[in-house]
Amino acid sequence: MKLRTLVWREIFERKNQLGTSFLAILLGISVIVSIKNITYYSEKAVARELDALGANILILPKSASLQDYYSADLQQEVFPEEYVGRLTNSDLQGLDNLSPKLSMPVEVNGKQFTLTGILPKNEFQAKVAWQGAGIFARPEGCGTVVAVPGQAAEPTKETLSRKRVIETIGEAEILLGTDMATSLNVAEGDSVSLLGTSFTITAVLPQTGTIDDSRAFAHLHTVQRLAGQDSLLNAIEVVGCCNAISGGLVQKINKLLPDAKVVTISQIVDTQIKTNRMMSRLSLLFLVIIVLVGGASIANYMFANVFERRREIGTLMALGAGSGVVLRLFLLKALVLGVAGGLAGYVIGTIIAVVLGPRIAGVPVLPMPVLLLWAFGIGIAILLAASYFPARRAARLDPVSALQEV
Amino acid sequence: MLKMHSVTKSYNHRGKRVLALDDVTMEITPGDFVSIVGPSGSGKSTFLLMLGGMLRPAEGKVFVDGESLYDLNPEKRAALRKEKIGFVFQTFNLIPYLTALENVQIPLLLAGIDGDEQRAKAASLLERLGLGDRLDHKPSELSVGQQQRVALARMLANDPAVVLADEPTGNLDPDTGLAILTFFEEIHREGRTIVMVTHDHGAASRAARTLKLFEGKIVDG
Repeated sequence: MKLRTLVWREIFERKNQLGTSFLAILLGISVIVSIKNITYYSEKAVARELDALGANILILPKSASLQDYYSADLQQEVFPEEYVGRLTNSDLQGLDNLSPKLSMPVEVNGKQFTLTGILPKNEFQAKVAWQGAGIFARPEGCGTVVAVPGQAAEPTKETLSRKRVIETIGEAEILLGTDMATSLNVAEGDSVSLLGTSFTITAVLPQTGTIDDSRAFAHLHTVQRLAGQDSLLNAIEVVGCCNAISGGLVQKINKLLPDAKVVTISQIVDTQIKTNRMMSRLSLLFLVIIVLVGGASIANYMFANVFERRREIGTLMALGAGSGVVLRLFLLKALVLGVAGGLAGYVIGTIIAVVLGPRIAGVPVLPMPVLLLWAFGIGIAILLAASYFPARRAARLDPVSALQEV
Repeated sequence: MLKMHSVTKSYNHRGKRVLALDDVTMEITPGDFVSIVGPSGSGKSTFLLMLGGMLRPAEGKVFVDGESLYDLNPEKRAALRKEKIGFVFQTFNLIPYLTALENVQIPLLLAGIDGDEQRAKAASLLERLGLGDRLDHKPSELSVGQQQRVALARMLANDPAVVLADEPTGNLDPDTGLAILTFFEEIHREGRTIVMVTHDHGAASRAARTLKLFEGKIVDG
């Protein structure tokens, strides 16, 4: 027989008295586990949605005004293309796709359009100085859409309209917005002449409802040459990881590029930040409740348990148990209950999250084994803390009064 | 050797001071069988608990094998109790949620003996007391006499040199009480020192020596 046999037998002997207090801890842990589980997948889903919205940070010349996010680059102000290099060579975390742009007005068949130069991704990768900067590496915890190996890459026009980034584009190739294509009555494969240069239309972009529908996208260096603005840009669009934005990415870019203006789609990011804060506050609130209610309930049960077991404690002392043995007996019981509460709380909380998560947060929720450590930590910490003083009282009991033999 | 020197102990009961032991000095030699008799409230149980290191005297000293019991810290006193002293209680004080075998294993567990040896020794002691077929019974499934025999087996588990028994036959019918006293005589013959508190003069007469307590003083013996 070991000390734990005594603990185990006693727990089952008086399980009814233990029930209510244990239930309080169990439910508390279950709720925390389920909130944390749902929150994690909810944050991932929101982050994925943000990524789907495309670029969420815009870097503009200092003097540029921001009336409309999608037309912010249509101003005459410029800054050096070298800013892109500064960003890629920096150690900033949470930057995903960079899209440097230069725009200029063009007239075709008497109609006004915008020609936007864009640097394709493959040219970033070709620049030795920018390699290894990890600019296109997936930021950790960002939740952005990850390319699946073996799966066909997204078509160029889809990538451009959604992410405002393009994989490849030749010097004489052009992509047209849907309104522009309709207006000029041209289709994919046709040619179009802009500023005396002939381009092959490689794609007509899907309708976006923005000013992009009246744009033509060509290679950045071609547009720079046509505009006579070598190595200059109107804007850099960035997909910033939402977590990194809430962690101060905009301020860091501002510090890196003091002569530029850095703006975000603030309301979307704010929503994400508010959701995250609300969930973490909710978790904290439950943690406080479980510590206060569950802890008080367990402490109350343990004090009653010590009182009820006075004679047993006295007998153990008469048989030679020191105060250390008695203290261990009660703390071991707390440990057993903490582990049991943590395990059961994790299982119940995970079931609640998996079943109710899709209904509450509208996202699929999967079990998170890491939360088992959380559940054990909370359960054991509360049980040990709440049981310490009752256990100490037991260890300090006067064996004579405990035996009630005098 | 058990020894008390000028031991005094009093309690406060409803604001009144009750003298349980009053300047008691006595010696019990190794291998002695002593019964302590006296009316209720004469200090018998106080005397026994004090000899067992469970109750500190207000004044005076208690010695076990020359060691001043209450000059030891509580942990050392518990260790000495575990090594040398066996208690028998009037109400047996068995742990209700443990089986007979497990109850007898407790002193062995506290002595740090491993599980197999605990079980073997506890089973052998219970067989000696005629409870070989009751090893897995809980106290509530045993008769009063059987419970007291489990308590005796538990008391013997650590092979104590000194046995302190508080009214060991007080809750038993005459036949069972007689069997318990016969067992005490048997373990006395093994060389153990026995100190037995009792109301029963018949039981007291089975001891080699009787000490009579009255109002906290030894008045005879």
